[in-house]
Amino acid sequence: MRLRTQELSKTYDKKFPALDNLNLDLNMNGIFSIIGRNGAGKTTLVRILSTELLPTSGKGFLNDMDVVDDAEEVRQYIAVVPQEARPLPWLTPLQTVSSYLMWRGYSYRESKEKAKEALRELGLEGKEGQKSRKLSGGQKRKLMVATVISSEAPVVFLDEPTTGLDYISRKELWQLLSRMKKDRLIILTTHYLEEAETLGDQIMILDKGKLVDIGGIDDLRSKVRLPYVLKVYSQNFKIEEEGVQVQKISDRETFVYGSASKIYGIIPYLVTNKMKFTVEEASLSNIFEQYLGTGEDEKSDEEESW
Amino acid sequence: MRKVMKRKVGSQIVASILVNSIYAMINYPVVLINTLLAPLAILAVVTFASKGTLLPVAAVGALIMNMVSSGTSLQQDLSHLKNDMRLQDMIVSSPTSSLVYVIGMAISEIVYSIPTIAFLIILNVIFVKVTLIGGVVLFLDMATIFTFSISLGFFLSTFTSDIIQSWGFSGILSPLLTTIPPVYYPITYIPFPYRYLAYLSPTTYASEIAQSQTGFYNLSASGFAIAWIVLLGITAALTFLALRRSRWREI
Ligand SMILES: Nc1ncnc2c1ncn2[C@@H]1O[C@H](COP(=O)(O)OP(=O)(O)O)[C@@H](O)[C@H]1O
Ligand SMILES: [Mg+2]
Repeated sequence: MRLRTQELSKTYDKKFPALDNLNLDLNMNGIFSIIGRNGAGKTTLVRILSTELLPTSGKGFLNDMDVVDDAEEVRQYIAVVPQEARPLPWLTPLQTVSSYLMWRGYSYRESKEKAKEALRELGLEGKEGQKSRKLSGGQKRKLMVATVISSEAPVVFLDEPTTGLDYISRKELWQLLSRMKKDRLIILTTHYLEEAETLGDQIMILDKGKLVDIGGIDDLRSKVRLPYVLKVYSQNFKIEEEGVQVQKISDRETFVYGSASKIYGIIPYLVTNKMKFTVEEASLSNIFEQYLGTGEDEKSDEEESW
Repeated sequence: MRKVMKRKVGSQIVASILVNSIYAMINYPVVLINTLLAPLAILAVVTFASKGTLLPVAAVGALIMNMVSSGTSLQQDLSHLKNDMRLQDMIVSSPTSSLVYVIGMAISEIVYSIPTIAFLIILNVIFVKVTLIGGVVLFLDMATIFTFSISLGFFLSTFTSDIIQSWGFSGILSPLLTTIPPVYYPITYIPFPYRYLAYLSPTTYASEIAQSQTGFYNLSASGFAIAWIVLLGITAALTFLALRRSRWREI
């Protein structure tokens, strides 16, 4: 599937733009993860691409279909779980999924069968006949995802589907999405960076409506100034090294972010002093902080590009 | 790209009916009498206060009220599904078109009030005397006022962005369209010049037409024609407006 935008912009109420000249060209299947702070424009982008909202200017395309002019056609291919969608409390999960499938054009019988299958897949089979209001928060979210995933739609938009879920429920949903992503394009927004890192075949960082960067996790990591983390577990560790970033986690734990050469330069000292340490690649949250700044700015190293 | 489903409009309409009425009735049977109470309450008051003489008028009036309630319910349901459940966004971005969705929802309101309609029709058959042609006129009258209120409900629902607004609309509409105008009593009971005010409500025309068939209001042929023209005119204008407004997408 190909997803493209050309100078896509959206300004609500004539104030600052929620989306600002977004140019995007993506040709992939799998999970496309959009990350960004609250208010970055994730939902706005999803709603425009999924034909729910009109852009102020610019264009968006799914394959060769324009999301504005060919919306009717686009809608044959997409399925969406909006950010605040909840199952109707007076329906059972089976009724919820099957009626959505009927809105997509399946017959009553087919819908029932496919719905049962999707609920089984999600581990909701024991709950399929009781009212949805009795489900837990996590089960409700899973139900919404089951609803769209059960359809044939080759392009699925999920706007923060895991927000507010406990860790286990989130992991269960991740497993489901990993299984379901074959032959589909799943556009997933999240502010859990671990989620984007685990699931995202491509990751886009959005900030104040602007595209900051886009790529696989390794691409993004290769572009930041501090792609490695040295974790030192010792009370006696002190460091005064240029070009690295030091984060004191606790008395006994210090994280040092830096380039490979900087990090490897520190290791002999650790070995000599018998300090415990590990070296890891920077996680997406480290990368994200480096892209957007953590508040404490590092403007001193302007020659280093990131 | 993967093969795409063929659109089945029938399935799509049935889905709206299932979700908005049948499943609600199955899962919460108490809603079966939900729509009956308001018309029945006014009918009872009017009947007792008139010592039974206005029962036939009120029985037809209750049917008109039920048709109007379908529209206000549609407005509330659409607003709720759009704003609180975000269901409409899921439908917008599906193969179901706005028109098909709204038609399905409109039918669901009728289905929802089937117990009420059935009860009121029985009441009408027992207490209201009309000719065969009069019966047909009543049916067309009800169908028109239903179309009017459904269009109004849909139109208003496109403006609401939260539940309080939506309650506000229906709280105002119901008395303005059904309780105050001469729906449950003959228009001749209103003294001039106030009678002119009654003509601001489309339900007054529907009621005139109905009362002319049940013998409670003497309407000349030209008066009858004018009532129809006004009623159909308002309904057509509102339906047109609603369809124009049926902008699926936010801007
Ligand atoms: N309907 C709306 N009306 C006005 N402003 C809006 C509306 N929706 C979003 N915004 C604004 O647009 C910006 C982007 O919002 P959004 O796309 O929801 O961000 P995200 O999903 O990344 O949190 C925010 O500043 C938000 O306040
Ligand atoms: Mg959002």
